Amino acid sequence: MEYFDTLLNELYKIAFILIPVLVSVALIVWLDRRIWGAVQKRKGPNVVGPFGLLQTVADALKYIFKEIIIPASSNKVIFVLAPVVTMTLALVAWAVIPFDNDLVLADINVGILYLFAVSSLGVYGIIMGGWASNSKYPFLGAIRSAAQMVSYEVSIGIIIINVLLCVGSLNLKDIVNAQQNLWFVVPLFPMFVVFFISALAETNRPPFDLPEAEAELVSGYQTEYSGMMYAMFWLGEYANILLMCAMGAILFLGGWLPLVDIFPFNVLPGPLWMILKILFLFFLFALVKAIVPRYRYDQLMRLGWKILLPFSLLYVVLTASYLFYFDKLPTKAF
Amino acid sequence: MKISRFLKTIFLLEFVSSLLLAIRVMFKPKKTINYPYEKGSLSPRFRGEHALRRYPSGEERCIACKLCEAVCPAQAITIESTERDDGSRKTTRYDIDMLKCIYCGLCQESCPVEAIVQGPNFEFSTETREELYYNKEKLLDNGDRWEDVLAKNIRLDKPYR
Repeated sequence: MEYFDTLLNELYKIAFILIPVLVSVALIVWLDRRIWGAVQKRKGPNVVGPFGLLQTVADALKYIFKEIIIPASSNKVIFVLAPVVTMTLALVAWAVIPFDNDLVLADINVGILYLFAVSSLGVYGIIMGGWASNSKYPFLGAIRSAAQMVSYEVSIGIIIINVLLCVGSLNLKDIVNAQQNLWFVVPLFPMFVVFFISALAETNRPPFDLPEAEAELVSGYQTEYSGMMYAMFWLGEYANILLMCAMGAILFLGGWLPLVDIFPFNVLPGPLWMILKILFLFFLFALVKAIVPRYRYDQLMRLGWKILLPFSLLYVVLTASYLFYFDKLPTKAF
Repeated sequence: MKISRFLKTIFLLEFVSSLLLAIRVMFKPKKTINYPYEKGSLSPRFRGEHALRRYPSGEERCIACKLCEAVCPAQAITIESTERDDGSRKTTRYDIDMLKCIYCGLCQESCPVEAIVQGPNFEFSTETREELYYNKEKLLDNGDRWEDVLAKNIRLDKPYR
């Protein structure tokens, strides 16, 4: 009996984080389309529900009722598994995201490593989908995606080192609390920009949406997918984008901390600040999608390996020397 | 020159300016409309669904000269005619295959009595193919229904012909 109680308790907690995340994924898809439309002077989806808010629900319903086609020549187990992996990995990472000082599902000590590991695993869903489809376009898309995600993860890792040098802890709560006086976006601004660019590449957003590349690869790894399986890829992708925004908010924008800790700002509760920061970053994501053309493949690789990686390495050296020279290295006992 | 280009690149100046431009554009009036509820304006010359017009007395305008049938590049029009009791020539059959029609407007151009015209209606899609084989009755009915707009459009376009 006690076992069931614990189980139920955990399930309740998981539902408490997953349902809001799924709902916000639905809203974020709508927001993305609205912003994209507004930049192109279009109205965007505005028919289903108030302001078209329920558009994603309508789309999801449509996908549920559509037939799932599994190609005869595909590797069926992996083919079915791929969208599940994408979706699961996108959701599982939310376990460690802190929304307030004590509002976190799993307060683990190596939270940032867990986050980094899970977001790195995200590439497997795409590779599995592309390979198991046994078709040319998905295969090319998967290859591109693997190369792209691996390249940009390297610079994300080094950016995280920058932040960790200033914090002295891998715990996400410690990272946020270390920004009590000054958000890291100020001293590490160049790293914030590089993080943003790498996050775009990591989530296959334009200008780095080469794995999809509708024009040349007919949506890349998603070509053979239909119905709910396609929708899972699609929702997983947006959950990943949201996750990257949350990561950016925690690493650079001070998580749940208010803008300044004085009267009109500190009235708002912490989780709301967190959500506002995630929304701000997502707004930038959506704007970038609307204004930039797609990179060529060699340009993408050049930017990742020849510019972002050396630049973030240089910045690690700068940060480390600054902290060492002025004796400001964090001295927290582990 | 090269240095300014270099600075522009590393500070992402063009990217930032395009971001600002995008934000400015976001608040400009939208160019799209809520289609089924709002509709864009149409030129008087718009070539939509066909209609056969009548004189104000109720008499059909068409005199079965078959110029439209002859000029139709898609050969979508079929006309059969006979002499009526009062000696005037009238159509017994006036069919337009709307699926063959290419909406070129030559039938309207060729008509000496402004009988066959193309109206402003473009929302006449149907569920079956057969419903798009228009006969004389359907075309006259269209003419009666759209007469106000048809007459106005012809009047507006007159000075330019």
